[in-house]
Amino acid sequence: MSILALADLHEGQLAGATARVVAAAQAIGGDIDVLVVGEGVHAAAEAAAKLDGVSKVRVADNAVYAHQLAEPMGALLVELADGYTHVLASASTTGKNVLPRLAALKDVSQLSDVIAVESADTFKRPIYAGNAIATVKSDEALKVITVRTTGFDAVSDGNSAPIEVVDTVVENNQSSFVKEELAKSDRPELGGAKMVISGGRGMGNGDNFKLLDGIADKLGAAIGASRAAVDAGFVPNDMQVGQTGKIVAPDLYIAVGISGAIQHLAGMKDSKVIVAINKDEEAPIFQVADYGLVGDLFEILPELESKL
Amino acid sequence: MKVLVAVKRVIDYNVKIRVKADQSDVDLTNVKMAMNPFCEIAIEEAVRLKEKGIATEVVAVSIGPKAAQEQLRTALALGADCAIHIETDERAESLAVAKLLAKVVEEEQPGLVILGKQAIDTDNNQTGQMLAALTNLPQGTFASEVVVDGDKVNVTREIDGGLQTIALTLPAIVTADLRLNEPRYAKLPDIMKAKKKPLDVKTPADYGVEIASKVSLLKVESPAERKGGIKVASVDELIDKLKNEAKVL
Repeated sequence: MSILALADLHEGQLAGATARVVAAAQAIGGDIDVLVVGEGVHAAAEAAAKLDGVSKVRVADNAVYAHQLAEPMGALLVELADGYTHVLASASTTGKNVLPRLAALKDVSQLSDVIAVESADTFKRPIYAGNAIATVKSDEALKVITVRTTGFDAVSDGNSAPIEVVDTVVENNQSSFVKEELAKSDRPELGGAKMVISGGRGMGNGDNFKLLDGIADKLGAAIGASRAAVDAGFVPNDMQVGQTGKIVAPDLYIAVGISGAIQHLAGMKDSKVIVAINKDEEAPIFQVADYGLVGDLFEILPELESKL
Repeated sequence: MKVLVAVKRVIDYNVKIRVKADQSDVDLTNVKMAMNPFCEIAIEEAVRLKEKGIATEVVAVSIGPKAAQEQLRTALALGADCAIHIETDERAESLAVAKLLAKVVEEEQPGLVILGKQAIDTDNNQTGQMLAALTNLPQGTFASEVVVDGDKVNVTREIDGGLQTIALTLPAIVTADLRLNEPRYAKLPDIMKAKKKPLDVKTPADYGVEIASKVSLLKVESPAERKGGIKVASVDELIDKLKNEAKVL
């Protein structure tokens, strides 16, 4: 077997999700090539070459791949996929955007959001917002798969795989980049953070999210939010944890003022330890929380921050 | 400009999922069904484009069992002008759906196709992207804003870490994210009027598309239940438990 894993980039650098996609590839078994696509991504390629289990890094560095637009990336993957049995990417917004194009152009089905590898052709994936787990078998000659990275532990660094330059250049006159507004933060990235503290509608307004800052700083945690808090305009959309937002599985997840709708639970119920702080003792979040604290978050949060 | 919108019949957003005793699939007998929420957003966007005078006609299409016509009637009540139902009782996966939609795009020649970004049953998030690839049209996925500007469309996308705006040549494929708009409710007079709007019924064979898939569903299980834990009485007790029992601090 021979696997091509698409590297995840964050502002041109290799993102942590890549090491987890490589781990999923190892669970399948076989040679693992990592493909790095973008503009000015040689540092990312060098970082990918250090990942354990990687046979070779292939790097396509060209202006046409800047911002990883779907049309040129899809076309490149179609060129490069021949000879591989599996093409993997993380279920990030880039992986979700690009991989179905490859699958369609190769006339094969795609498996999305795989959380476990049973064998080289059989996988587990959540359906119905994680309220059911499907075991699916693909008889396609080329298996195109997005990986839910919370299901796999990252491989370590210690390798020095060769880097091969891919000089395939495709044309793109259909789409162009206009602008990007990315949240700037010194905190860990939500998807990969070991600790996450999230606020919900109970926070009352966006200003009150500052109450989470001090605790997040002390814990080194990322800050998330429920859909209700995002829809109410308290915080930007990229903080949303849930079925249609980020899926997280940190060691500690603290839900503050979050009632616990199933769509939110779908995004965090695989966390190792869950703490819920809510004034409504009947809130469904308490049914999944290891430790629940009933009370007024405006009193509890400052006390928690001072005592940590 | 004609706008084509794809809609899917799925289990209602609020229904609790039950897995069948033989683990063959999720049990959908006597379960309330509805239009996929992301498809409602897609219809709403198309109807708003018509209200702004940008779209001239909104065509809704659905692939699925006979009962999917209920969702097409909902789309018509919300403002679509006509509907196409491609009837099949087989489990149609994203690739087959995208192939059928590509044939409809070829026939209808829309200036814009809007789909939901994912269906809340299979959670695949594939069909729009596959349709774009098969029709060789550009795609703007996970859209939170769609602005048609002459022969281009600017799509603002919800991406990891923030928002990205891209410009696409028309015709184009757009998939709707949650915050694209807030769908309206159908009014009773519009529901009555929708019953008289044209709805064409076709089959996959009419388009020469095979529904059969090379992916088989071996088993469906309930996820491992997470047991609720304990209530603590104070912040001190919480910190003590996190340090000494859970050992995460």
